[in-house]
Parts: sequence; C-alpha cells; structure tokens
Amino acid sequence: MASIVSIRNLKKTYGNGFEALKGVDLNIEEGEILALLGPNGAGKTTLISIVCGLINPSDGQVLVGGYDVVKDFRQTRAMIGLVPQELTTDQFETVWNTVTFSRGVHGKKPNPALIEQILKDLSLWEKRDNMLRELSGGMKRRVLIAKALSYEPRILFLDEPTAGVDVNLRREMWQVVERLRENGVTIILTTHYIEEAEEIADRVGVINGGELLLVEAKTALMQKLGRKELRLELIEPMETLPEALGSYSVSIAENGSALIYEFQGETEQGRIATLLGTLAAHDIEYRDLSTRQSSLEDIFVELVGQRA
Amino acid sequence: MNFEAVKSIYLFEMARMRRTLLQSVVSPVLTTSLYFIVFGTAIGSRIEQIEGVSYGAFITPGLIMLSLLTQCIANGSIGIYFPKFTGTIYEILSAPIAMSEILLGYVGAAASKGLIIGLIILATATFFVDISVAHPFMMLVFLVLTAITFSLAGFIIGIWAKNFEQLNIMPMLVVPPLTFLGGSFYSIDMLPPFWQTVSHFNPVLYLVSGFRWSFYEIADVNPVISLGMIGLFLLLCLTLVAWIFRTGYRLRS
Repeated sequence: MASIVSIRNLKKTYGNGFEALKGVDLNIEEGEILALLGPNGAGKTTLISIVCGLINPSDGQVLVGGYDVVKDFRQTRAMIGLVPQELTTDQFETVWNTVTFSRGVHGKKPNPALIEQILKDLSLWEKRDNMLRELSGGMKRRVLIAKALSYEPRILFLDEPTAGVDVNLRREMWQVVERLRENGVTIILTTHYIEEAEEIADRVGVINGGELLLVEAKTALMQKLGRKELRLELIEPMETLPEALGSYSVSIAENGSALIYEFQGETEQGRIATLLGTLAAHDIEYRDLSTRQSSLEDIFVELVGQRA
Repeated sequence: MNFEAVKSIYLFEMARMRRTLLQSVVSPVLTTSLYFIVFGTAIGSRIEQIEGVSYGAFITPGLIMLSLLTQCIANGSIGIYFPKFTGTIYEILSAPIAMSEILLGYVGAAASKGLIIGLIILATATFFVDISVAHPFMMLVFLVLTAITFSLAGFIIGIWAKNFEQLNIMPMLVVPPLTFLGGSFYSIDMLPPFWQTVSHFNPVLYLVSGFRWSFYEIADVNPVISLGMIGLFLLLCLTLVAWIFRTGYRLRS
C-alpha cells in the first residue's frame, strides 16, 4: 500500500511558546484505519489541524496524496474530511442546509441524492428540516459526520468521535467507519478510549508531549496484550522454587507469599491445569488465585510515564 | 477559482438575511423613515433650501450612506465573526478554497445586503421628498464602492474582534460620529472654519459629498477627489486584508 499521508519532522510552536509538536514523522497508508492515542494536550488535535489546514506548521512538511498541504492546499483539502472534536454547529441552520453547504464549500456540485443517502445512513433523514439547536448532542455529532461525508473525502479525520457519546451511538459510529473503510476511505481517529482503538483500528499510534512514541500494527500490540499473569497466594511462604516448577516461567513474589506465573493467553492453553496439578502433587497449597491481562492501557501508561 | 465554494458562502450569508428579515431590512428602513419624518418633514419644512435643494432631499444621500455604512460593517463583521465564535470556521478553513475566495463570499454578501438596503431606503425616500438623480451611473459607482469598502472594513473587524463587545464597538462608537459629522445633515460650509478643516479628515465626508453630487450636482468637495478618497480607503482595507491572510492573523495562528 502507498502512503496517502506522509508527515515529516512536523513541528508546531504556538504564539505563547508552547511546543505542541516536537518533530513528528508518520506515514499513513491508503485504506487503513489509524488510531492516535494520547492524553489530553498530547498534540493529537494540533497534528490533525495542520494536516487539514486549520493551522500553519512551524516547521516540517505534510504531503497528502503527494501534494503539500500548505502549497497545494486545493488538492489536499479536497481529499480530506474532518469531523472536529467540539460540537460546532450553526445553531439556526437546518440539518439539510448545513450538510448541503459543506458539500458546496468544498467545491462540489450539488448532489441531493447523495446527501439524502448520507442522512439516511446516519439516521438523520427524519431530522433533515430540524434546526441544529433542536438536536441532541449525539445527533449533532452525526450531523458533523454527515457534513464531512457530504464532499466524499478519500481521507477522513475523526477527532474524538465518540467522546461523550452513548454506547449505542458508539457502536453505530464504528459501523459507519467500517462501511467507509469498505469503500476505500482512509480513516484517522484520535481517541483516549483504548477499547475503541482495539475495536476498529488497523494500526495504533501513541502520541504524548508532542512526540509520536510508537506506531504499530494492532496485531503486534495484541501480542503484547496477550501476556497474562496467574497469581497464587500461598498459605505457606516459600523461599526457593521447587525444581518441579522449573519448566514453567514461575517466579516468587512478595517475600515468598505469592507465586506469579506468566503465560501467553492463546498459545499456552491448558498449562494452568498442569501447573496446578504439579503444585498439588508437591503439596503446595494456596488460598486464592487470580489472573490478569496486561492491556494496551498498561503499555500506554508505561510509554507515557517513561517520557513524563 | 472555486466557484461552487464562493457561491455556497455567498448564498449561505444571503440566506441569513432572509431569515432575519425584520432585523436586517425592516429595522434600518424604519429608522430612516423616522429621520425623514423628523428632519425631512417636521424640522425640514422650517429650514430654507440648501443650494437650491429642499432640506429633506438634501439629507437623503447622507441617510442612505449612514445606513449603508452601518449595515456593511455590521454584516461584514458578523459574517466572519460568527463562525469564529461558534467554531464552525473550521469547515471554511479546511475547505479547498483560497482566502481571497472566502473574502469574496463574505464581503460580496455583506456588500449585496448593504446595497439592497441602500436602494430600499432610496425608494422609501421618494415617498417623503422629491428626489432627482443627476448621474445615476455615478450614484451606483459610489454606492457599490462604498459598500465594498465598508464590508471589507467589517470583515477586518470581524477577524480582529475577540468578543461581541469588540465586535459592536466600531459600528456603535465610530460610525455614527463620523456620519453625523461628515455632512450628512448639513453642508460643511455651515460650519466655522476650524471645524471645516477638521471635517476634511473625516473619510465619510468624501463619501457623502460625492454621493450627494451624483444626485444634485452639489458637493462639499470635488467629486473626483471623493472618488479618489473612496479608492484610497478601499486600497487601505485590501492591504490590511492581504496582511491578515498572509500572516494567518487570528485565523490560522
């Protein structure tokens, strides 16, 4: 796959001296779904804003489809759709008018049939003549998506699309994203919901303090995710590991009062049973046992924590 | 040139005028009618003619200019300020359009609205006083140039303003003194010499004087100078706008 967005050494320093981006390099492949994770103030929105043309970069370059976002803005912006984080709407406009306006302002000839289809897909058709101020927050979020889809972008930026959105709508949005991907649209979404990244992204990028800490395929991350831990609270503390446990990756924790067994969730199925059998055979008793999975969240917190 | 985009912005703005018909059209027409009743008919009937023109007819061009300036500044500034305030400007800034096209859409709409209101007031005036237009073409030239210039000024204010107070302060505090002291209601010959000199620093004097000349061929300053001055203000506004666009001032900072 070819890179549809190519970001080189992108820097942004705001007027008050705040360094929002400290040299970001990132390639986004055509047709993929990339999730950008990061805490508030990490630089996610700044990054998106530069690619979309909302703010000027201080240094570096962004190419979209081979065009420079500053010099060839007509080509790049025609390809890009943006759904902003804030629910910014013209309160006194109707749904139909505001979506039609979006298409026009992007230089596309009117296409009422397409707008109708988009509104129907987003369950907005019934509300087409309503003023935006009459809509709920979730509905407004859909309108923002409809606006961005009205001009048929090849790349869609979703800035925190599911912040403050209920579970149903979140599911619905994921379906919309899936449909778009089937049509070949490249999707970049920022989120701080890790489940969201896990659910729909092909690749995950972690951004913090204006730096891109990692970009990896989700499957690679899931392998790290797959690491599991079994913890046994022992009745009798032990000082050294019995030899019989040597073949397991078991270690003693908390001065001998607990055993920790690390295993791969999918590849080592059934090993817990044999481990517990071995323990029973050696009269090692435990009062409790628990398992836990190291999540993307752990990796994320660890990554972000290292740089803090 | 992204024609569809300019058209969309223009029509979007004009639609707002239709939606707020009462505020946009009826209110300035009503205000001006009151001026005609008070100054034109009531007080005007006791005032002698000025350079052969009845007082009511004499003040008509000034009243049209007063409304035109106020409306163009108000529409030009709110047009761009409102999306900034609500945040919907993101869509304009991320659209494949040049700043000059954004300007064309917003300023074009603001100037059109100003012109429509100016012409409605002119039509209203004919109900109160006898109006004759000596140079209809030049009248339109003055009207159009003034509308564009002050819509541009409004656009600049809209970009500069950080809140509604700043947005309102120019139209409220600056425009009325300039128009009232710019010879809308009198010929500056009626002023003491000192104030006549001061008046020549008032840009509105040139607009009103030139505009009035196109009606009655009477003027405080030579109409050519008036035209030149309007051109100068237009150039000044365009320069400022060009600087705003080049630096991304308060838009893409």
